[in-house]
Amino acid sequence: MARALAISAIVAVFLAAPFAAPSYYVGLLTKMLIYALFAMSLDLMIGYAGLASLGHAAFFGLGGYTMALLLMRAHASAWIAFPAGLVAATLGGAVFALLALRARGSYFLMITLALAQVVWGIAFGWRTLTGGDDGLPGIKRPVFLISFADQTPFYYLVATLVGLSALAMWAVTRSPYGLALRGIRDSETRMRAMGFNVWRHQFAAMAISAFFAGLAGCLFVYNNRFVSPDALHVVTSAEGLIMVIAGGAGTLFGPALGAGVIIFLEDFISSHTQRWLLVLGVIYVATTLFAPRGIVGLWTDFSTRKRKP
Amino acid sequence: MSALSIEGVTKSFGGVQALRGVTLSVEAGQRLVLLGPNGAGNTTLFHAISGNILASSGRVALFGEDITRLPPDARARRGLARTFQITNLLPSLSVLDNIRLALCGADRLTFRFFKGMASYRETTSRATRLLADWGLADAADRTVRNLSYGEQRQVEVVMAIAAAPRLLLLDEPTAGLSPAETLGLVDMVRKLPRDMTIVMIEHDMDVAFEIADRVAVMHRGELIAEGNEAEIRANKQVSDIYLGLE
Repeated sequence: MARALAISAIVAVFLAAPFAAPSYYVGLLTKMLIYALFAMSLDLMIGYAGLASLGHAAFFGLGGYTMALLLMRAHASAWIAFPAGLVAATLGGAVFALLALRARGSYFLMITLALAQVVWGIAFGWRTLTGGDDGLPGIKRPVFLISFADQTPFYYLVATLVGLSALAMWAVTRSPYGLALRGIRDSETRMRAMGFNVWRHQFAAMAISAFFAGLAGCLFVYNNRFVSPDALHVVTSAEGLIMVIAGGAGTLFGPALGAGVIIFLEDFISSHTQRWLLVLGVIYVATTLFAPRGIVGLWTDFSTRKRKP
Repeated sequence: MSALSIEGVTKSFGGVQALRGVTLSVEAGQRLVLLGPNGAGNTTLFHAISGNILASSGRVALFGEDITRLPPDARARRGLARTFQITNLLPSLSVLDNIRLALCGADRLTFRFFKGMASYRETTSRATRLLADWGLADAADRTVRNLSYGEQRQVEVVMAIAAAPRLLLLDEPTAGLSPAETLGLVDMVRKLPRDMTIVMIEHDMDVAFEIADRVAVMHRGELIAEGNEAEIRANKQVSDIYLGLE
């Protein structure tokens, strides 16, 4: 009951936001939602499948770039370019899985980082196709039956897609498959001894995770009307990782919250200083020292301590 | 028919020969205890049976089917379940979820993406019943990490038998248990259905004879004796190893 109330309240706030907030904050909220989706997709890998990756920007950027290239270079319609971005990201996840799943732990992390740098290198170096460092400017927001060019309709499009994705990911984490992923995170040998094909489970987790990261990437490109190699940069991957850790890995909604907090801080701090990355580093160190299980972990500790004095 | 047949299995780790041609066969429904001091090769033999390591040479067959090269999960799907010498559970999940996953593995309830685990009522009620049968009903909602060591050892056995395996491998289930807990665990194993073939590693002779229909003794990667209680107790070589007179 309390939970249903809380969820309705959150939904109401997101629905009412464009009426109550100045358009600058609607834009900021849009960005928060897009990164929340990115962080939740990464949490499927880190918090559930136990695969810490530093290459998640690759799926984000693959989705965004594929869509942008089809729109700008092939003049495809959004009906084709947008789903194609999702397919490209998912395939990217599958390819990364094929190459990286032979390793675990920090080795897995390094392989995903290296693979993502390859994708970044292509976007950066292939000037004739991708525009290199200059990126691809002038992308128009989509018309799906109605135009989503203005901030408010685009915000509702993003909020709807992120909401539905969050629901789908939540359902997956509650399913037998999601439980099996958490089992694999705890002990691969135990799960194998019970008949689970660990590799296939992790492969599927990476493909699913990449799909949602790609969706976030497509929305990101539409939001900015622009894409550059920064979307594929290791800093984007690292930001995602910090959002997951700051929010609480393995809680799905924690990383969404972490994304909101970090995007808000980035916006706030960037208007005062150029040293945002330094502050981000401090946030990361502070989280690992004082709240290793993130915001959600802090909250659970706090509420259990209150209940049992 | 042999539930398990091992023919000339060897395993070397670099220069160390952990198994030097072990041949052993276990009839369906039989309870075999593998005795042997630490380092004798018992656990390596278990790993070769369950697929956690692959034999360097030789053949392993489960109910007549050659499984020598199969990965562990494929062997599990053919009816083999095991426990580990060092407790191997899913520590951040609840006891109930540990058992439910064991049942999901056995029933091939994998890659079910959308329906919540909670709506698989039949799986949940079977898991609850198993826990009740083995006196762990109160622990169902506790996180495995917070259980006592003795309880964890019990949960691991319940997880292994949840799948109703044709062949159950127990790797020193009593290791580290108090005498009282050991009695409880021995009792548990004795209560298992008689048609379940069991191979168990044990260092304690008294515990071994409590459970075993037949005992096999390993020493330095070789099987040195096999037989019933009287035969093993009378075996000079076995008592030498156990009393350290070698």
